Amino acid sequence: MSNMFRTCPDTGLKVHGPAEALIKANAVAAVVFLLIGGLFGLLVALTRWQAIHLLPADLFYLALTAHGADVLVFWMIFFEIALLYFASAVLLNCRLATPRIAWVAFALMLGGAVMANVAVLQGESSVMFTSYVPMKAAPHFYLGLILFAVGALVATAVFFGTLVIAKQEKTYTGSVPLVTFGAVTAAIIAVYTIASGAIILIPTFLWSLGLVGEIDTLTYRIVWWGFGHSSQQINVAAMVSVWYAIGALTVGSKPISEKVSRAAFLLYICFLLLASAHHLLVDPGISSEWKVFNTSYALFLAVLGSMIHGMSVPGAIEVAQRKNGFTQGLFGWLRKAPWGNPAFAGMFLSVILFGFLGGITGVIMGTEQLNIIIHNTLYVPGHFHGTVVAGSTLAFMAITYLIVPLIFRRELIFKRLAQWQPYLFGLGAMGISVFMMAAGTLGVSRRHWDMAFSDAPFAFDYPPAAFMMMGLNGIFAIIASIGGVAFIVIVVGSILFGKKRDEETARANPVVFQGGGATVSSHGAADEVKIPGTTILVAVFFLSFVLYYFVNWKYLSEVWPLS
Amino acid sequence: MTDSIQPDEQGGAEAEERIPAMQSLLDNPFLLLFIGVAVPTVLYTVWGVMEVAHIPIAN
Ligand code: HEM
Ligand SMILES: [Cu+2]
Repeated sequence: MSNMFRTCPDTGLKVHGPAEALIKANAVAAVVFLLIGGLFGLLVALTRWQAIHLLPADLFYLALTAHGADVLVFWMIFFEIALLYFASAVLLNCRLATPRIAWVAFALMLGGAVMANVAVLQGESSVMFTSYVPMKAAPHFYLGLILFAVGALVATAVFFGTLVIAKQEKTYTGSVPLVTFGAVTAAIIAVYTIASGAIILIPTFLWSLGLVGEIDTLTYRIVWWGFGHSSQQINVAAMVSVWYAIGALTVGSKPISEKVSRAAFLLYICFLLLASAHHLLVDPGISSEWKVFNTSYALFLAVLGSMIHGMSVPGAIEVAQRKNGFTQGLFGWLRKAPWGNPAFAGMFLSVILFGFLGGITGVIMGTEQLNIIIHNTLYVPGHFHGTVVAGSTLAFMAITYLIVPLIFRRELIFKRLAQWQPYLFGLGAMGISVFMMAAGTLGVSRRHWDMAFSDAPFAFDYPPAAFMMMGLNGIFAIIASIGGVAFIVIVVGSILFGKKRDEETARANPVVFQGGGATVSSHGAADEVKIPGTTILVAVFFLSFVLYYFVNWKYLSEVWPLS
Repeated sequence: MTDSIQPDEQGGAEAEERIPAMQSLLDNPFLLLFIGVAVPTVLYTVWGVMEVAHIPIAN
């Protein structure tokens, strides 16, 4: 048994061989789907750039479907399964429960993802990844998604099994580390998410085969968004765990308060999923009580959780940096942070961009009255490219810069490019988020091939500024794509051709802050908390938030002038 | 681990540390799993689908 473990020279953690192999497999699959899906995203953006208008209509909707499924579902969830195995087996110094079943899960997910891609590329399933009925895709499109969902559910069960083993075999003492707790949160959300997906897609699959007469459209939308929205919350919970993990591993940060951070995760567990209702704010037949309860009261509690993390992650870094000797002024800790380390830089950019771009705009969209200003416009993809691209994807890229040396045990190649990559991708992601939101504010529809309405029976003109926004969106899409391709080249290149890291190289060229391995794998808060710099950052955030919120109410009041 | 209360300061290692209720909730992943699945199932899915089921059917 013991020969299945190795001791990591960087972190001192015991690493279970089969767990390591599974982490690798899931991470590699994730990156492959990011590549495929990202390229489809570029094609979509270049089509919506009216001066280029690259794809014909049918291929546009095909590409959009492939983009949504590959990046939002397959890239994200494969990577999250890798993270779950890491946060359980590795951080708890434990063996992974039933590696064989974990491989079955992996095979199901991979088979399902490939099957869904084939269905989309065959052209009969351009139904968008939301696949709203009564639009009908080919049966193997739904079957692919179902297999993927079942596989992911099994993988989540392996994670919970590993928690049980770690407890029984006493591989850790007291509470699990905060990063593992965040992973528990993500896994809990995943159970509800994946179950919702399977529950609605199985009858839809039967319907596509002609075995079920009809699927109620409204019920479909309710249950489907239990999957579609909640999967974003797996992304959020996993991203926040990654923030804490990278902070611990790169600057040795400990949470400023374990209690508060865990309570914030508990708010996620209790309330985050209810916000799925914001996708149904204009659906008829559902009461305002249901809409307002689920989006306002519940959503605000969940947002509170995010704001706590948004403050406590930079706060923890400030405390650690001050302890590391960077005490100068209010922001000396931030200026002297390891900005040349792509793991740190990607993480911090992710925190900032997620908060300012994704977070604030999400609250606007989740408010029933304000939602109507931008419902189904490009503002919506603009918002979620702020959360899931500038936030989660960037954070996952950042931790990959640690996974490659620590788990794949390879030195990074193209280190210079790696240093720039988070900034490049972050800039591109910021641009697509901002300019899609700008176009959405000007009324431009999402999921629409021709914003010029060239052969429509009724002429309609968007303001010229809207066309400019889509041009800018295209330019930043190119920047994001270059950043994305750079990431893939560095990661795949390092895995294949990077110098092998043995104990000697690890000692000569450490990638983890001294003691970071122990910090990330134990619980306990920082002992002295002084965060004047973070307090100012948070104040700026709140100010922007309040301002933007009121600007939108003002804007709403102008939509229907009363006088 | 590093910052937990030092047993000796609390009156000897023997004195059982009482675990606060909140902590024992947070330390129980399966209880959390139950809460995390039950809350959205009831308040979002079941409530939502019930409302749709009560929409009168046109004839
Ligand atoms: C190179 C990077 C990317 C570019 C240039 C890009 C661009 C776009 C564009 C232009 C749209 C179309 C909006 C519309 O017409 O409705 C879109 C949709 C979307 N993107 Fe991206 N994106 C990128 C990366 C990502 C990533 C990494 C994710 C998820 C992790 C993502 C998730 C989505 C989703 C879910 C949609 C909506 C699809 C639908 O409406 O069915 N994108 N993206
Ligand atoms: Cu949502």
